[in-house]
Order: sequence, then C-alpha cells, then structure tokens
Amino acid sequence: MEKTQKRGTAGLKFTKAIIYVVCIFLAILSIFPFWIMFVNATRSTAEIQSGLSLLPSTHLISNLQVLLGKSFDPIQGFLNSFIISSSATILTVYFSSLAAYGLVTYNWKLRNAFFTFILCVMMIPAQASAIGFYQFMYKLQWTNNFLPLILPAIAAPAVVFFMRQYLLATLSLEIVEAARVDGSGEYKTFNRIILPLMIPAVATQAIFAFVANWNNLFMPLILLTKKEMYTMPIMVSLLRGDIYKLEFGSIYLGLALTALPLFIVYFLLSRYIIAGVALGGVKE
Amino acid sequence: MRRKVVNYSKYGYFFTFPFVVAFVIFSLYPILYTAVIGFTDMKGLVPKPIHILDNPFQNFKDLIFNNPSFRKSLFNTGLLWIVNFIPQIVLALLLTAWFTNQRLKIKGQGAFKVLFYMPNIITASTIAILFSTMFAYPMGPINSLFQSLGLSDAPIYFLQDKTTVRGIVSFIQFWMWYGNTLIILIAGVMGINPALFESASIDGANGIQTFFRITLPSLRTILLFTLITSMVGGLTMFDIPQLFLLGGPDDSTLTTTMFIYGQAFKGSYLYNRAAAASMILFAIAAFLSAILFYVMRDRDAAKLKKAEKENRKSARAAVEREV
Repeated sequence: MEKTQKRGTAGLKFTKAIIYVVCIFLAILSIFPFWIMFVNATRSTAEIQSGLSLLPSTHLISNLQVLLGKSFDPIQGFLNSFIISSSATILTVYFSSLAAYGLVTYNWKLRNAFFTFILCVMMIPAQASAIGFYQFMYKLQWTNNFLPLILPAIAAPAVVFFMRQYLLATLSLEIVEAARVDGSGEYKTFNRIILPLMIPAVATQAIFAFVANWNNLFMPLILLTKKEMYTMPIMVSLLRGDIYKLEFGSIYLGLALTALPLFIVYFLLSRYIIAGVALGGVKE
Repeated sequence: MRRKVVNYSKYGYFFTFPFVVAFVIFSLYPILYTAVIGFTDMKGLVPKPIHILDNPFQNFKDLIFNNPSFRKSLFNTGLLWIVNFIPQIVLALLLTAWFTNQRLKIKGQGAFKVLFYMPNIITASTIAILFSTMFAYPMGPINSLFQSLGLSDAPIYFLQDKTTVRGIVSFIQFWMWYGNTLIILIAGVMGINPALFESASIDGANGIQTFFRITLPSLRTILLFTLITSMVGGLTMFDIPQLFLLGGPDDSTLTTTMFIYGQAFKGSYLYNRAAAASMILFAIAAFLSAILFYVMRDRDAAKLKKAEKENRKSARAAVEREV
C-alpha cells in the first residue's frame, strides 16, 4: 500500500518536471526572438554578422542615426497610428455598448433577428470586400484620408456580442426603471448610468480594439499612398526594402522601436488583457 | 384617470441604428459592389463605368481553370493554416489539461500565460521582418545559433528552400496564436461545472480519462469558436507571408489575400479579377463555417429533444387510451 503510494508521488513528480521543462522551453521561445531584436538594436552590423550575442553592445546611437538618416520616420508613423487607433477605439466601444444596451434592455420586434444577424456578420472576413470598399472610397475621394480607417469601427459585431453577454450577466433592469422614475431620458440614462457601469467590459474591449487597429496592415496599405500618412505597420514594411539592405543594426532598432510601446502597454495591462481574452472566448 | 403609457421599445431601433448604418455603408455595400465588380471588366488605374461581361462568370472561370497562381495561393493558404493549426490546438489542449489539473498544481501559471500570449500583441509586420532578418544569409542570428550548436558547418540559405520557408511561416503563425488559444480553452474549462470533475474522481477516473470523457466534450462550443475564428483568420492570412518574403520563393508562401492584393493594388489594377477572387474566398469561408457548424452541432442535445418529443407523444397516447 505504502509502496504504491510512493510510486504514485514519484510519477507525479516526474510528470511535473516534464511539464515545467516544456513550459520553460516555451517561455524562452516566446522571449528569444524579441531578446535578439533588442540586443541587436544596440550592436553594429559587423558585430551582428560575426555571431550571436545575448548581451547588448554600444552602437545604439549610431544605429539610430543611420535609421533616421533615411526615409524612416517613426514619430510620424506613431502619430498617424495613434490618431487612427484611438478614434476607431472610441467609436467601437461607444457604439457597440449602445447597440448591446439596445439589444438587452428593449423588447423590440426585430431583436432576435438583429442578434442572429450580428452572429453571421462576425464571420465575414474584412478582406473579402476590400475591392468594393477601395472603389467606393476612391469615388468619394477618401483615399489618403483617415476617415475610411476610422468610421467603419462603428459597426464592430464581435464587440457588440461581447458587450451583450456582459450586460446580460450584470445589468438589472431596475436601475433603468429607477432612472426613468427620476425623469432621466433614455439616452441620458445610457450615457450617465449604464456606460459607467460597463467600464470593465469597455476597458478590455478598448485594449483589443486599439491593438487590432494599431496592427492593421491590409487596409492602410491599400488606402494610404502618401508617405506622411503612413501608419506604423507600413513604416515597418519600409525596413524590408533595399534602403536598409545591409544595415542590420538599424533594421533591428527600427523593429524594436515599433514593438517597444506595445511591450510596455502589454506588461502594464497583461492581467486585464489575459482576462479579456478569456472572457471573449467564453461564448455560450 | 387616464394613464399615459410610454412604449420604450422604439429605443431598441434607435440604439442599434448607428451600427446598422455603418454596416450598410462600410460592409454590406462594399461586399455587394465587390460581387458586381467580379462580373465586369473593370481594370486600370482610373476605372471605366461598370460593364457586365457577356459571359458574367468569365472572371471566375479564368481564375479557377486558367490561373495556376490563384490555385497555388488557395493551396498555400490551406496548407499554411492546417500546418499551423493542428500543432497549435494540440499544444494548447495539452497545456490546458496540465494547467487545469488539480492534482498537478502547476506553479507560475500566470507568468507562463503572460509570456505565451506575448507574441500575439506585437505587430505582425514587425514579427515577419524580425524573422526574415533572423534567418539572414550567410550570417544571421539563426545561422550563428546553428553553427555554435554544431547543427551545421556551413551557413544555410534557409529562405531559398520552399519547404523551409513554408515551415517558418507556419511556425510564426503557430507561435503567435497558441497562447491565445490556450487562454480561451482554459477559460472554457473553468466554466465547466466542478461537480462533473468531482464525481469523475470519485468514480476513479484518471487524468487522461477525465480529459477525454469530461473536459473535451464540455468544450465543444469553445472549440467551435476557436476553429471558426482561426479558420477565418487563416483564410485571410496576409501580414506574415507578405512581409516575410513577399510570397516567395517561387510563390510558395503566396496566400489568397496576397494574390488579391497583388492583382488589384500592386500596379496591375485588375480589379475584376481581384474581386472575383475575393468572392471565391468569401464563398469558401461561408461554406467551411457551415460545415463546421454542422459537424460540431450538439448531437446529444438534438437527440434529447427528439426523445423528449417522443416521450410526450407516447404519454399523450397513454392518457388518451386511459380516457
């Protein structure tokens, strides 16, 4: 009896050891490419060519000079990406919350039809309509304009879905009734009472909307042709071109600069981001 | 006394109105427009007025039967998705089983999750160029690593071999997304009624039995969600292969979205062909989603409903007989 128990705990220990080894390996795999990126951003091209190093060197400033000496303008890219991403994020969370509130609170005829419609729309890939979208914007003369990258954010079916689930679980209609008795109009009730109650859901969805817009390459690549309107991902794609062909140090530095703000935001908010992914996935 | 009854239901329409307007203008109209362009001869930098072809399906026919590059792009898209999704879901399930096993009590789960999810947050374009730089020839970080580990004597030209390049693209996709899948699956397991696990352990089920008999069946909805989002994402794969090697070498990593982009926006201005390709892509996405829904539908629930119906019927019959 004692023997089998001992064998059991030994087996458990062995399994656990394997699990930790696998997890640590995967963790290193997650960090390794970024570590190389940050280290190589501080090394000269000659150093990079001579072999791998895990410790930074001293060529950060000279890499930066080479990087900025050419057409790479990270500050402009940052600014453009920031304008687009933050405007789109605000529109997405506000109008999705509004639509979700409309779905949950009011008993209207097309309520169920609208919900089914949202479920179907969620599966349409945005790229499938890109040609028509481009032609449409071309006719409106909205190419090289941020509006076509911002305004479509009003209709974000996945976010409406998420907000609906959140409201179903948290909103009690008595609050709405009480507000009505106190003479608050429906819009005022939403803006002053419901939206503040939805802050946790709004925050997670805002993070995701921001990252998704920030990382979007396809639409900006199609719509923006003027250099001063380039977003961050398009700026990054310039690093691939011939101008930096043999300047490895500055390529790594350029990549590091584009990733750095996301790293900072991620490590500050990682707890909420991970909770958000988890919440978004539970779709019963 | 007359009471004024206020009907609030109209606000349901008001509150969802902005969504519907934005959807119609920026999604529905462009999709219908794309579909129409697919039947026309629209080409060139400044497109002419819409002119439907004599044989409306000519563009589709040309693409499917006479365009090896398009066929290759479909094949690549499917291949790259399958090769990255299978290991992704297997690893995510394995890690989920480990992390949620109460007997194992793995420490540092929070830190592991943060690190595994990290690649997902960084811009895909940055990651694509980072990897293409790391595999540089003759001296790049990976070549140095291979030589210092004694895996190779001479520098390897990784980015010239079709299989290697496809492998790397799939690996990047796998590496970026398994953390996301893992977190969703863990959340799904947390949502399962703990009493199920308790009764299983009382009945003497071991970890593997519990996983296959209880965890997996209860995760069906979550798995369906993961499959569909991953499939739509896989069908529209663009950033990584585009910036990793621009689809090369020899179109081995050319995906369908890259094909569409190339036809319409990289100097050829073949809007009609690109639109037809988009519609084929859209049809494939819809078809595959429908199949997934059908295959993953809740069979037990359907059976239960049927049995219930029959029960009720026989009960009614019995009542009638008694009367």
